[in-house]
Amino acid sequence: MAMLQVDSINVFYGSIHAIKDVSFNVEQGEIVTLIGANGAGKSTILKTVSGLLRSKGGSIQFTGHTISSAAPHKIVSMGLAHVPEGRHVFSQMTVEENLEMGAYTRSQGEIAPGLEKVYNRFPRLKERRKQVSGTLSGGEQQMLAMGRALMSQPALLMLDEPSMGLAPLMVEQIFEIIKELHKDGVTVLLVEQNAQMALSVANRGYVLETGKIVLSGNGKDLLEDDAVKKAYLGG
Amino acid sequence: MLFLSQIINGLQLGSIYALVALGYSMVYGIIMLLNFAHGDIIMVGGYVAMLTIAAGVHPILAVILAILACVVLGVMIDKVAYAPLRSSPRISLLITAIGVSFLLENLAQNIWGANARPFPNSSIIKGSAINIGGVHIGNTAIVTIAVSLLSMVVLTFLVQKTKRGKAMRAVSEDMGTAQLMGINVNNTITFTFAVGSALAGIGSILYCCTYPQVSPTMGSMLGLKAFVAAVLGGIGSIPGAMVGGFAIGMAEVLVRAAGLSDWTDGAVFAILIVVLLFRPTGLMGRPMTEKV
Repeated sequence: MAMLQVDSINVFYGSIHAIKDVSFNVEQGEIVTLIGANGAGKSTILKTVSGLLRSKGGSIQFTGHTISSAAPHKIVSMGLAHVPEGRHVFSQMTVEENLEMGAYTRSQGEIAPGLEKVYNRFPRLKERRKQVSGTLSGGEQQMLAMGRALMSQPALLMLDEPSMGLAPLMVEQIFEIIKELHKDGVTVLLVEQNAQMALSVANRGYVLETGKIVLSGNGKDLLEDDAVKKAYLGG
Repeated sequence: MLFLSQIINGLQLGSIYALVALGYSMVYGIIMLLNFAHGDIIMVGGYVAMLTIAAGVHPILAVILAILACVVLGVMIDKVAYAPLRSSPRISLLITAIGVSFLLENLAQNIWGANARPFPNSSIIKGSAINIGGVHIGNTAIVTIAVSLLSMVVLTFLVQKTKRGKAMRAVSEDMGTAQLMGINVNNTITFTFAVGSALAGIGSILYCCTYPQVSPTMGSMLGLKAFVAAVLGGIGSIPGAMVGGFAIGMAEVLVRAAGLSDWTDGAVFAILIVVLLFRPTGLMGRPMTEKV
């Protein structure tokens, strides 16, 4: 049984059929990436998994439980965390308050140890813990968004475009952190436009085109694939 | 001396406006709705207090009952009228709010009659005025200002420090992301209505003690002025609602003190127009920007 099993989901925005019969799975301990061009439906898939959008038909199972019709806040408490595209930190709240919100589903006693873990991983956040998060740089906000998701102690972490809009050095750093998290036992579902980076850290990948999965395979093979190279890797 | 007592009057009126404005601002902050029924919740609170005291209930218990009635009514309005429209355009919600306001006013008129009735203020706030250096300060003024300030301190603590309050701020900033944190958005909205309505209930009692009568339409002008206060402070901002409330109360009292009693309402709405023209986000409102 896969940790996350998505079976033939279909998502509509009004009359637009955005996701067409998409199926994929994520095994425990894997990094799986969904790559594809802008508008291919990557973010839509993540939003559907976390319950913000609904699929017509099909099913989504997480650790053996059907979550296709569960409320988003219930899904979080089952151990599935979603770092949204564009980070979406609570910009009027301080760094530490943001992290506390990440631990909303955990008990009061788990907050302090959780904070310590996140601060160890992201020392920069500790320096800025009392700062209002809207004043952080893009990279710091990405760290905060990831740290916030980790506060819920997720079994599966879904990252939506973590490298978007960041300087190359910061992108490297974010991907280093993803590898570290994976080493520590977190399963990762990664959505990226930066296919090169994503495929180089991923065990497996799926290529998405206008709402359909057109190709799948392990990360290395996809990196070598001519069609993928042509479409997403610049030659 | 006269000036000092006018300041006290301004604070007294302003603190009531601030309590009511807080309800407007909190609800707007969380679901982008100008809850025009908010003023009428105040009216219902006034009637409940008056009728229960007339029925022989102890005044303190009557006050508690009135506040509870406001909370229940506020939450019910949200559940029945607004919740089904959560994903509708905001204009539908706004029109519904106006409809609820009319409904409450007419229902009250039907049940309790259209005439204003006296409010038993002296059984709630007892004692006489105190005298500080030749300035008479009414007991009602002291109680009103003290209770309002205390309510605001409690509210600030609730919003800034408690888990519920932080969730409220998270939902009002970004509802989708708040859900991804595991926050139950519907519960949080209900909680916001409950807190806002409780403040309206407290405001209702204080208002009725200051101007001791109740009528079916008493909430509409009070509500509108508190709404102006909320806009002046920056709608959606909690400290803004407090500052705006005191500012409007002061302005009203000063206009009256200048001998222009007929112009008090006009002055308040002139402030609204000026704010909307020159600083639509209000004194402490947040400009709508998003970092990508």
